[in-house]
Amino acid sequence: MISLEEIMFVLAVFAFGLSLMAFIDAFRAKIRRKWVLGIILLMSVVVIFYVMQSAGLEVPSLIMISLDAMVPLGLVAIGEVVNERAGTVNIGLEGILLLSSFAAVFGAERSGNWAIGVFVGAVVGVLTGLIHGLISIYAKGDQIISGMGINLFAVGFVAFGIWTTWVPGVHMLSSGLGVPRISTPWGGLSWFIPITIALALVIHFVFYKTTWGVRLRAAGENPGAVDASGVNVFRLRLLACIFGATLAGLAGAFISLDWVGMTTKDLPAGRGFIALACVVFSGLEPISALGAAALFGFCGGLSTWIKATPQLIPIIPPGFDKFIMMIPYIATLVAVTVVIGRRRFPKSVGRPYRREEI
Amino acid sequence: MSSLGERFSGLTKPVTQSLFAIVMGLAIGALLLAVWGYDPLVGFRHLFESAFFTEIGLASTLSYATTLMLVGITFGLGMRAGLFNIGAEGQLMVGALAAVAASTFSLPPGLHLLVGVIFAMLAGALWALPVAILKVKKGVHEVVSTIMLNWIAFYLCLYLVLGPLLKPGTHTSIQIQSSSRFPLLFGTLSAAIFVAILFAIIVYFIMWYTRLGTKIRAVGFDQESAHYMGINPGRAMMIGFIIGGLAAGLAGGALVMGVPPDYAVFTELSNIMGYGFAGIAVALIGRNHPLGMIFSAVFFGGLWSGKRAMQIYAHIPLEIVDIVIGIIVISVAIPELLDIIRRKIKGRSSR
Repeated sequence: MISLEEIMFVLAVFAFGLSLMAFIDAFRAKIRRKWVLGIILLMSVVVIFYVMQSAGLEVPSLIMISLDAMVPLGLVAIGEVVNERAGTVNIGLEGILLLSSFAAVFGAERSGNWAIGVFVGAVVGVLTGLIHGLISIYAKGDQIISGMGINLFAVGFVAFGIWTTWVPGVHMLSSGLGVPRISTPWGGLSWFIPITIALALVIHFVFYKTTWGVRLRAAGENPGAVDASGVNVFRLRLLACIFGATLAGLAGAFISLDWVGMTTKDLPAGRGFIALACVVFSGLEPISALGAAALFGFCGGLSTWIKATPQLIPIIPPGFDKFIMMIPYIATLVAVTVVIGRRRFPKSVGRPYRREEI
Repeated sequence: MSSLGERFSGLTKPVTQSLFAIVMGLAIGALLLAVWGYDPLVGFRHLFESAFFTEIGLASTLSYATTLMLVGITFGLGMRAGLFNIGAEGQLMVGALAAVAASTFSLPPGLHLLVGVIFAMLAGALWALPVAILKVKKGVHEVVSTIMLNWIAFYLCLYLVLGPLLKPGTHTSIQIQSSSRFPLLFGTLSAAIFVAILFAIIVYFIMWYTRLGTKIRAVGFDQESAHYMGINPGRAMMIGFIIGGLAAGLAGGALVMGVPPDYAVFTELSNIMGYGFAGIAVALIGRNHPLGMIFSAVFFGGLWSGKRAMQIYAHIPLEIVDIVIGIIVISVAIPELLDIIRRKIKGRSSR
């Protein structure tokens, strides 16, 4: 006998799939009724969660894990949206996440204060952004190679740093040094979550309602015009690059100090690149970037949650947990494939500005 | 004869730039070591002495160089076609596991080795295919797709090496049978190095002496102009990815079929990790030229091989080598760095 809940579940899954496809399509075609689709999407998710909950699965923990997983992707993606709008690409974000996650733990343990740890993480972001910006904006070097160099450097530096500071391999954060969380009935909620959401809204406002935003967007589209209007394109781009890298630095500090409480040389696990996919997915819109981060964060959270849910463990065939670990990467690949090609990027993104080029 | 002279004089600038990047890497690496209280000179002496002036070290240097020159070709050929193909890491892993799988067949010795090599190469190319298709048909940037496929390859190989291909009761995969191992030359160096050099020469020949190669380079130089000249950029990029995949797969195969004493993949994949990304540095220092990469692979092979001696005798964490590689790559990003510094010095002296 099929229960009502099972029918509801199947219908909700269908509704979810269809509305998600329509939602993505709506973005492509710029249909106005996005909010209708959004409501269907939300309702189907609620029904799916309700059925899962009544089947005895811990839905709140899935949501909490997904929100945590959203933060680093969201912060990095929003920062990179700003950076790419101004005309510079930084593929060294993975490296910045890694460097700052280590530096944050280092700072927190040396000072005995989590706030200083977060600050140190952000400073590492500033410095790396400054180096990448100087190379790609002032020295007119190859941005992609520079970014990749940062990634390679980070792997070596963090492994070296963990080795010389503590013991080789993994270092667990001393207890009591984690960032305090907002307590809720379902567990601790990180302060970074509301901050990330607020940041997306603020950046959206800055982009479309302020002079700074106009200049920034123009710097990526037509740097010559911005230069002619008397604004220093180089400095604007450098500031955008540093801003993006600083958010990546904060994201790194979040991962090590607030979320997992440890530091290793492979802590970001590709999140810097998944965030780049979020940027592509968003078409350089900060709020869409946050949405993409929530979607990819959910995929990441799902794979962690499945492995930690006692009811599901016996269902998974031995060894197949490796395939569950693939979920976020496969989802990223699929999502980027579906939306790309319909995205328009600033004209001179990735190209250094030269005065003569006007 | 003057044309030959011109050809060599054209080499001085790229060679100077590469050497400058290496010097920058070593200098900043040394500075970091000094800050952390190590003696950089002692460390680097141990590193280079062991890598190039001992028989065991030299064998392992060349053995590392075998793998590194192949993954260097993956990235370098991509750069020539205008692509930033950083998928060698995953393609190499899949190639290595394919070679292990092929080794379970029972075939006569020579043929078995050939089958293993072909399996590895095809697996690498197969892993590069989605990247190529997504890039050409959909316009997905290869940086995102290759990194995602690297992670998927990582978990797939982890599954294989812990599951179907595990040698029960050990921490490695099934060992490569003696019938599909590369013959050893001296020490740990196997004949795989000849295959790698041959591959590099073939790629050189294709790229500079065939129409296909000219087309690929034209697309890399200026995609739009190439398109107007009647070249199909999609096809050229496709071939760039596929040859790259073949190279990375072969690198993975050589790593398990040609590296004693294990002839297997470790369960945490530690002995097949990291090569793909080091290949970026190999290609950049080799100026994305197959023959240049042979030399730069020997240099980076030396860094990889000597780092253990440095750790044992000078107690310096071997990860410093990765730092040096990272700085070398960052330095390559600014080809004009040398000119900028020269101009600054001149400006100061004239003042």
